[in-house]
Amino acid sequence: MTEHEPLLEVRDLSVAYGSDRGPVVAVDHVDFELARGEFLAIVGESGCGKSTLLFALTRLLGPPFSGEIIGGQIIFRGRNMVTLSERQLRSIRWRELAVVMQSAMNALNPVLTVEAQMRDACKAHSEMSDDEIRRRSEEVLRLVAIDPMHLRSYPHQLSGGMRQRAMIAMALLFTPELVVMDEPTSALDVVAQRSLIVQIKELQAKLGFAVIFVTHDMSLVSHFSDRLMVMYAGQIAELGKTRQVFDKPLHPYTSGLLEAFPSIHGPNLRLTGIPGSPPNLARPPAGCRFSPRCPHVTAICREREPHLVDVEGDAVRCVLYNGRAA
Amino acid sequence: MSDVLLRTEGLTRHFRIGGLVSGQTLHAVDDVSFTIGRSEIVALVGESGSGKSTIARLLARVYRPTSGEIYFEGRPISRLRRRRQRLAYSGDVPMVFQDPYSSINPAYRVAHGIARGVKLHRRDLSRAERRREVERVLDAVGLVPGRELARKFPYELSGGQRQRVGFAQALAFRPKLIIADEPVSMLDVSIRIGVLNLMSELREREGVSFLYITHDVASARYIADRVLVMYGAHLVEEGPAEEVLQRPKHPYTQLLLSAVPDPRAPLGISDTSDVGEPPKVVDPPEGCRFRARCPYRIATCDTVTPLLRELGTARRVACHVATADDSADDFARLETRRRSAEV
Repeated sequence: MTEHEPLLEVRDLSVAYGSDRGPVVAVDHVDFELARGEFLAIVGESGCGKSTLLFALTRLLGPPFSGEIIGGQIIFRGRNMVTLSERQLRSIRWRELAVVMQSAMNALNPVLTVEAQMRDACKAHSEMSDDEIRRRSEEVLRLVAIDPMHLRSYPHQLSGGMRQRAMIAMALLFTPELVVMDEPTSALDVVAQRSLIVQIKELQAKLGFAVIFVTHDMSLVSHFSDRLMVMYAGQIAELGKTRQVFDKPLHPYTSGLLEAFPSIHGPNLRLTGIPGSPPNLARPPAGCRFSPRCPHVTAICREREPHLVDVEGDAVRCVLYNGRAA
Repeated sequence: MSDVLLRTEGLTRHFRIGGLVSGQTLHAVDDVSFTIGRSEIVALVGESGSGKSTIARLLARVYRPTSGEIYFEGRPISRLRRRRQRLAYSGDVPMVFQDPYSSINPAYRVAHGIARGVKLHRRDLSRAERRREVERVLDAVGLVPGRELARKFPYELSGGQRQRVGFAQALAFRPKLIIADEPVSMLDVSIRIGVLNLMSELREREGVSFLYITHDVASARYIADRVLVMYGAHLVEEGPAEEVLQRPKHPYTQLLLSAVPDPRAPLGISDTSDVGEPPKVVDPPEGCRFRARCPYRIATCDTVTPLLRELGTARRVACHVATADDSADDFARLETRRRSAEV
């Protein structure tokens, strides 16, 4: 595998959940690449499919989520994750690809010390000796600025921010190539949020892993991610360089989102948000899925589903840009 | 300022934790005094654990204060002895909760919850008048047509619509002050602003005051007239929203504001990764509760708890260091003094 090959290639990925009224497609033909050491943020509202996409990438679908990959490929370091067996996946998980879950309070075992949980992970995925495990555990805790004495602490003895950092420390036990994070900061205060994300960036610079960071708060990643993917109703609405997306949003949904939250700087303008609410994926609207809420809607939007088009390196799904496709 | 609707004086709430012998005292709210005017939106901001929600519960009479008093329209609420008086107060000061998914009974239609409140708090209304009132408040919160929405079940509504039902329930009491505890934090970004706008509209149209409790400083600036900042159970800064948030004087308010992500701000990370933690205020010693995280700490901070003092017009700050002149210069001067002392 050469340096120029992407770390992760997602091709035409679709995921569906079973329901009484037939399959509900939560991730619809998603297609993107991730380079080594890249920081990709995925943003969207609840129900847009961002968490499903993340569970699919890590092959964590299945009970109780009961979702199923119904098409597409996930090529991670040359292997198609979709077709790997549980056994093969075990050798990849933690060692090459680690996950940091949303709520550290629920993701950590409340009746085991941090040390015991790290030991479990090490025993399951390596042949390390007890001594090595201990040394490595101390090392990763120091990486996230937690005193190694907390190895003997139970989760409830740590503050919310420390718990979340301990989760990140566990994810780094084997120095993976890719760390996938599902809203790792959503339970934290703004001050703790910012310090955690600054720390993730520092670790990334030091260790060189790539990050996929799923969040509903796009302002949070505005200064941190390399690229930004905006999802709406199971599809990519826009994907581009973070600064470009913020400075020159292309999709009407992206610009709507950017105008939906107040700022602490500049004039205190009256905002309108986006009218209506996200669609029910069991019955997505015909044509463009954003058309019922879109201020620029035309007749054609309600009939034909737009494709992703390339505009100056950004991908955007909107007929406004169809004439300008490269 | 408009005339005072509600006033607290030295409001304090402690909780006993641990066993009887090893008992300790958690200070949730310590000596907090503030006012809320008629038709005024006051935002209460701070990190989780700073005592914001305890204040909400004290005002709603869920907790009794350990000491201190709340005066509503000039009368102390601890003296509300009779059931009728207490009922009248909870009708005047209702609460809207954070989670619209668990605060509405899923087994009943929307109209049911609203009508129950009306029946309890406004007994003079006939059945037909009650039904009209339900429709009126639903229309007032933007759930139009109210007649149709009243017949829906909560599961048929989106998160934003449910939170509007919460406001409709409160509005049906003809309240004077609505306590809204993080009313938008569970909602999707694209619909939050609608609920914030609703609060401003209700203030304009119905003359209701709001205590808006939040950790989102930008939304506080968006709708509030005045801002109260809490840290470690103390009120540390207070003043007109624009003043406080554009020219914060307390170092904690400054830290809070510097942490707010703002995509409109130019790129450039000020890499102050503050790893401090908000304090759990258990049997606190004397001294400023922010001192461990404060870059401007002086000797006095370790021994004397700073009290709120007037700094400029309508502003109060609990900090030994802050002065009435432009705070930035002031802190900069102190910073150089501290640096030269180190050298």
